[in-house]
Amino acid sequence: MSPNEYREPIEKGAFEFAQLDKNIHDLKFETKPIGYFKDAWIRFRKNKSSVVAAIIIIVIVLFGLLAPLFSNHAVYESDITYKKKTARSFLLSKIGLGTAITHKTVNQNEFNYIYGIGVAATFNKETDKNASFDIAAANKYNPVKSYSATVDAGKTYYNVDVEVYYQEGFQFKQITQKEYDAIIAWEKESGLTIIYPVLDVPLSENDANMWYTEAKNGVYVDNYKRDKNGDILYETPIASSEKDAPKQYRVRILYYNYYIYQNGNEPQYILGTDTQGYDIMVRLAYGIRLSLLLSVFVSIINFIIGAIYGAVEGYYGGWIDLIMERISDILNEVPFLVVATLFQLHLVRTGKVSAFTALLFAFVLTGWLGTAYRVRTQFYRFKGQEYVLAARTLGAGDARIMFKHIFPNAIGTIITSSVLVIPGVIFSESFLSYLGIVNLQGKNTTSLGAMLANGQGSLMNFPHIIFWPSLVISLLMISFNLFGNGLRDAFNPSLRGTEE
Amino acid sequence: MNDMILYILKRILLMLLTFVIIFTICFVLIKALDNSREDAMYADQAAVEEARREALGYNKPILEQLRIYAKNIITKWDWGTSWKIDRLSTVNDVIFSRLLPTVLVNTYSLIFSVPIGILIGIYSALKKNKWQDYTLSTLTMVFYSVPSYVYAFIVQYFIAYKLGLLPIIQASLREAGGSYFTWIMFRSQILPVLALSFGSIAGLTRFTRAELTETLTSDYMLLARTKGLSKSQATRRHALRNAMVPILPAIIGSFVGVLGGSIIIEQIFAIPGIGPIYVKAISLLDYDVFMAVGMFYTFIGLAASILIDLSYGFIDPRIRMGAKKQ
Repeated sequence: MSPNEYREPIEKGAFEFAQLDKNIHDLKFETKPIGYFKDAWIRFRKNKSSVVAAIIIIVIVLFGLLAPLFSNHAVYESDITYKKKTARSFLLSKIGLGTAITHKTVNQNEFNYIYGIGVAATFNKETDKNASFDIAAANKYNPVKSYSATVDAGKTYYNVDVEVYYQEGFQFKQITQKEYDAIIAWEKESGLTIIYPVLDVPLSENDANMWYTEAKNGVYVDNYKRDKNGDILYETPIASSEKDAPKQYRVRILYYNYYIYQNGNEPQYILGTDTQGYDIMVRLAYGIRLSLLLSVFVSIINFIIGAIYGAVEGYYGGWIDLIMERISDILNEVPFLVVATLFQLHLVRTGKVSAFTALLFAFVLTGWLGTAYRVRTQFYRFKGQEYVLAARTLGAGDARIMFKHIFPNAIGTIITSSVLVIPGVIFSESFLSYLGIVNLQGKNTTSLGAMLANGQGSLMNFPHIIFWPSLVISLLMISFNLFGNGLRDAFNPSLRGTEE
Repeated sequence: MNDMILYILKRILLMLLTFVIIFTICFVLIKALDNSREDAMYADQAAVEEARREALGYNKPILEQLRIYAKNIITKWDWGTSWKIDRLSTVNDVIFSRLLPTVLVNTYSLIFSVPIGILIGIYSALKKNKWQDYTLSTLTMVFYSVPSYVYAFIVQYFIAYKLGLLPIIQASLREAGGSYFTWIMFRSQILPVLALSFGSIAGLTRFTRAELTETLTSDYMLLARTKGLSKSQATRRHALRNAMVPILPAIIGSFVGVLGGSIIIEQIFAIPGIGPIYVKAISLLDYDVFMAVGMFYTFIGLAASILIDLSYGFIDPRIRMGAKKQ
């Protein structure tokens, strides 16, 4: 409607007084006041990517705290036989994950060898016979879960799905009479077989899976050791040099059942095992704990030192600032790599402190410079303002003005920079561990970087060992960076209202 | 111009001072290391070892050793001898022979990533707050955050191992026919270059976008548009030029950083560069090499930061104009 257009006058009766006798001034606000942190929180919530990042961080922390509860294995437990194995979980295998099956293409000899484990496992102690090739296919312990043959240039090749845990098959083991009896008792109770016939091979032979002398068209000719009557033997007595030494036997065990005998459950590793046979899931949780603990420590210490140093520099200025700035200039140029190395060489190799503490020292030595720089800038900005003058007029001391009046104004910037320290520390730790300069690997401890270093030799054949720590490090780095950026925007009042 | 020269001189002096301090501290700390491990290796020939230590001056006080070491460097540019890595060759040779592979891979990576990074950054800034920008910003953040060794694992596993397109590690000098500039060598350097580039492209994109969005919203852009320049003209002539003021020094700085290389990528791809000898010097306790490489890294860090500071002055026309008046 243009302003010049004629309008009907509004009748007087259409007006009515909104209020006459009510007092509308001095009313209290009915809304709650929004403080600095609440305001930041409101703006942080609007930043979707930061919220997602925060959730991912929480999930990773929860994983680090809770994952060991979902595993049968303690952090120090390692099984040398089941090392470098892929994930195996009965629960997950229902949706096709964690089946521990790998695809392979093998030639005839290799196929006979792998399939032979399944055939040997069908050995019946009553009839003294193995099942036939076809029947062995359905055997639980047969590592070959399915196969198809192709003929190429006159040679047969097999595409097989191999269950890597069953593939370990048999092992020779030296046990005492007592252990032997215990195993036999357990076999009767559980109905599972551990001890299988020994082979007619010299004691120096280590491969217990090579149990046949010939395999042709699916017929295996066994190489079991027999006594004079032709009865199959299950143990070889070991001659001992000592007189009263307990009787020792060399037996051939099916490792899978032996594992059940020892641990009371079938092997399950939800994320698989690493090169030393540790449960990756549990180690990962411990690695997350250590790496996060280190970075949070560094962040807090940097926060404290940086805040005090920067505050003194910025508040007093003049020659104090000049000298302190030169000191931080010099420290700033010290390469972190050299510092970390020297700390490790001086303190760890001589056994003075643990690798963790030495690494913490190295991070702290130069890490607080960034925080100090930011605090100093903020102090320069605020120290001349009226409210500082007012505080001083009221008799506030230097320390009170610094930390009670100026510091809260700079808190947003400082918190942000402290959060952004965390991904840097995680990265540097993994970097140093991977190169072998720092060794945080122990029986009860590990770090994400140590796990990377552990898997580096097996990248091609067992990529899962390096995959999980890499994934967690990458996720942590991305999330902390996004989270930090979100915080920075949220704490920056000048960005207020620009998002809409 | 006098101000500029004074400023440069001041910076260089400060840099030298810093270098000397770090040099002294490092030297003392390295000499103070317990070197019983070194003795253990020669346990059967203790007399020979003792004679060697005496001849090398290891039995003198540390400050005396520092004086001799510093004197040798200043007068003869002699950084000592390698006892473990290349037995009995000079540290200078050890470092110089490893410089080229490091520089090559990192230079390729820089040449590859600078234009791409800047272009994506410009595109992202021009499309600010549109879906392209959001997608690119998120992607950039992801690529920027993921550590370079993760890219190395990914390209090694998928491109080299699964697909078999490229060699897993860098070819040795012998395989490549004795030169670093053959096709075989170049082909094997593609993967390390890729692994290095993802991160630097993302970093540069972020930087360019941030700088350009700032200049795009400034008042002189409004003026340029009011004068009648089209958007692309104004962007090209005013916004981009001004955005380059902080971007170029950063690139110049990274060219100096090329010398330092990336230790972890060199280690993963078996590049015979500076990085691996640093790691080796630590594990074998080859003191002179360790000292020299440590100083090399220190020097590069110092040189990069000083060059970045100085190039601001040369690139920003306002500083030059201010200097001419005098």
